[in-house]
Amino acid sequence: MGAPPPGRSRAWGRAGADGTPPAPTSVPTPARRQSRGRLHPGAWWLWSLSLGTAATRTTNPLLLALLIATAGYVVATHRTTAPWSRSYSAFAKLALAVLLVRLAFAVVLGSPIPGTHTLVTLPEVPLPHWAQGIRLGGRVTAESLVFALYDGLRLATLLICIGAANALANPARLLKSLPGALYEMGVAVVVALTFAPNLIADVQRLRAARRLRGRPDSGIRGLLQVGLPVLEGALERSVSLAAAMDARGYGRTAEVPAPVRRTTTALTLGGLLGVCAGTYGLLTAEGGTYGLPVLFAGVVAALAGLRLGGRRSPRTRYRPDPWDMRAWLVTASGVAVAALLSLASVRDSSTLHPGVVPLTAPTLPLWPAAAVLLALLPAFVVPREPS
Amino acid sequence: MIRFEDVSVTYDGAAEPTVRGVDFEVPEGELVLLVGPSGVGKSTVLGAVGGLVPHFTGGTLRGRVTVAGRDTRTHKPRELADVVGTVGQDPLAHFVTDTVEDELAYGMESLGIAPNVMRRRVEETLDLLGLADLRDRPIATLSGGQQQRVAIGSVLTPHPGVLVLDEPTSALDPAAAEEVLAVLQRLVHDLGTTVLMAEHRLERVIQYADQVVLMPEPGAAPVLGTPAEVMAVSPVYPPVVGLGRLAGWSPLPLTVRDARRRATDLRTRLADREAPRAQPGPAPAPPVLPSPRRFLRKRTPDPAPAQIAEVRSLAVRRGRVDALRNVGLSVAPGETVALMGRNGAGKSTLLSALVGLVEPTTGSVRVGGAVPHRAAPRDLVRRVGLVPQEPRDLLYADTVAAECTAAERDAGAGPGTCRALVSVLLPGVADDVHPRDLSEGQRLALALSVVLTARPPLLLLDEPTRGLDYAAKARLVAVLRELAAEGHAIVLATHDVELAAEIAHRVVLLADGEVIADGPTSGIVVSSPSFAPQVTKILAPQEWLTVAQVREALA
Repeated sequence: MGAPPPGRSRAWGRAGADGTPPAPTSVPTPARRQSRGRLHPGAWWLWSLSLGTAATRTTNPLLLALLIATAGYVVATHRTTAPWSRSYSAFAKLALAVLLVRLAFAVVLGSPIPGTHTLVTLPEVPLPHWAQGIRLGGRVTAESLVFALYDGLRLATLLICIGAANALANPARLLKSLPGALYEMGVAVVVALTFAPNLIADVQRLRAARRLRGRPDSGIRGLLQVGLPVLEGALERSVSLAAAMDARGYGRTAEVPAPVRRTTTALTLGGLLGVCAGTYGLLTAEGGTYGLPVLFAGVVAALAGLRLGGRRSPRTRYRPDPWDMRAWLVTASGVAVAALLSLASVRDSSTLHPGVVPLTAPTLPLWPAAAVLLALLPAFVVPREPS
Repeated sequence: MIRFEDVSVTYDGAAEPTVRGVDFEVPEGELVLLVGPSGVGKSTVLGAVGGLVPHFTGGTLRGRVTVAGRDTRTHKPRELADVVGTVGQDPLAHFVTDTVEDELAYGMESLGIAPNVMRRRVEETLDLLGLADLRDRPIATLSGGQQQRVAIGSVLTPHPGVLVLDEPTSALDPAAAEEVLAVLQRLVHDLGTTVLMAEHRLERVIQYADQVVLMPEPGAAPVLGTPAEVMAVSPVYPPVVGLGRLAGWSPLPLTVRDARRRATDLRTRLADREAPRAQPGPAPAPPVLPSPRRFLRKRTPDPAPAQIAEVRSLAVRRGRVDALRNVGLSVAPGETVALMGRNGAGKSTLLSALVGLVEPTTGSVRVGGAVPHRAAPRDLVRRVGLVPQEPRDLLYADTVAAECTAAERDAGAGPGTCRALVSVLLPGVADDVHPRDLSEGQRLALALSVVLTARPPLLLLDEPTRGLDYAAKARLVAVLRELAAEGHAIVLATHDVELAAEIAHRVVLLADGEVIADGPTSGIVVSSPSFAPQVTKILAPQEWLTVAQVREALA
């Protein structure tokens, strides 16, 4: 800007423009660097997804509860006040709903688990012969309920882990880490992600306005009548956003010599083909020998293509989140939990998958539980965001 | 720097060009103001500079627009991004990212500026615009004034030679507007930035302009001149010019300071005359003081029937924020009350509480004997009506006539009630016009008619003059005065000090969710430098508020 830091005249003793306290200093403050030193969003996502993977390795309700508590503790200490952090409670509710639906299905549709402890017997609905194998009503056994509970809890834990990732790291920031060639696609996804919250805000505003017209502001009819204005508003906003982005240089391209362009295309296409062929080889019986090398070559070619394609875009990146020691530690703690639980599920299958026939009380296996507690590491190594 | 050569723009489906004969040049390093009534095509001219017209809006542009030597015909907006920075009327529509710091960096990232340069410019811009404390905040949580500053900052960081701004201060409180304008002046003076700006609130900006482009009426060719020359013939002018024209000063003063130096004579002529009351309305009701201590408060007796609205020790919490604290307010029939205060002081929340859109956390709100947030909507519209900040939110139908029929049904009013109101407030608007095609002022009038169909004794308006030109504002003032004379109580939240001076009997100042002053308009605005209208500042220590009062006294 070339201009010296301003000594803004704060007319008539006004504090900030909006009641915020005046900036204590006008000199650019390098000390602020620390406050931004947040963790790379990729580390949070890897940590959360690893916990989710760990959850799929066990049905022991005590271990699953421990996983949920661990993820919940880290979210409670590290989430920010930003709007996207509120998604955690939404995911928690969704997880609860999934658990309840799973239980309801077990009660109504029965389950293949043979059980001897009958809790209640619901009246059974006779079904035509072509619907054999489906049962409505009938005996509800304790074994089938417990099995459904374990199964549902596992799914719920997975959802809560994804919710934790959303709460801890803004998904939009994760997309910023994409390579340059994919940047424009990333922006499209980010814009789409912000579309839904805007739409919800619009619906709320227009439903409030219905009250001002003397119409009931709740109910399905109310929702339907605001539908058209809301869509109109969303469309208008999309067009003006596109205009704003274009006016600020979105989509500028640099001149790239034709040979480079052709190489990029060849590398990307060839790489993707290689990935497909390699994956196919890995999954079929006879492709065991060539599968892995072809997959590897394909990935390398595709990555080279992406890197070369990035030349077309003159973009630079503002303060990318560094992948530092803490990011390694956070990722490692998550991966360790996933690896140790996978190992435990092979070696100690009976404790990690407590039997339901006959019914046994699940026990807390000592060293897998200790492994889950490793996931608490981020709570201590990552500094909390100032609120 | 910016050159228009005989430009005309015709939008698709329009019979006539929206603007024609636009032919002027803006030299480098000047601040040029675009003025004119609503609907003359100011936004079209501004959009043509950045190439958004016609690349994004469609339509046909004849003639030639060049910016820094680049023809917008051959350069798309993205190829002009390094020389032109454009901020539209609605800052929210402008944001691409979700936090302040990322938003400031976005434009530079697109242009491929080196990371260390980006970092330096972001820091400088944060300080220049006083945004340093907000750098990590999500944009959605900022107030209107903060958002406007972020929007301006986001186009400043790539150091464009040209800034194009459409109504940058309309949504801002007087002090925040002054800060934004001070920043613009620094850019022009220190960095030689060329600024082209449209603004309805001329009293805020005219003193900063080097030249003024006047677009007198739709389709007429624009006139370029010095501010004083153009203001002498302009159909839109600020109160300081109005007073200058009344007193016959030449050349016309544009700033309060100039006018004060010329006004010695006028002050002596006015000295022996009684400053009339702004409004010959009812005696202002005694202000209800916020009860200082909870345990001293007695059981509140039933509100006196003389008051239409009664708010007692109202508090509203939103999330972790106290939007309102211990607010007391009473409104009598026929009284007009202006709520003023910074962006985010709680004005809109108070209006929402009066109409039952937000539930009080503690305290009580009674409107016409009912508790708004518990009353049924059908019942409530006959007691209180609110025209929201965005009048479009109230309108659902696709023609004016259908809107009126729906309003009559909602309010249980006789057929033709709403249409009759529309004919008075909006003369000459056909039945089959789509509400979206109306201008800002016309839409406000339509929403006002819809609300008035139920004849609510209490009428609430949120920022009614945003985007209105002086003529539309004068019509609104006349309508509101008439309503007050019929016994309607009116409460309006506004940043427009001139409007408050013109129609309010009482001004209530809010700060941080608390009432900090409540009293007759002349008492409050005269004593406050940020809320005093121009005429008051010029004629101080005498207590005149509007040009109309002075004209009346001199007659």
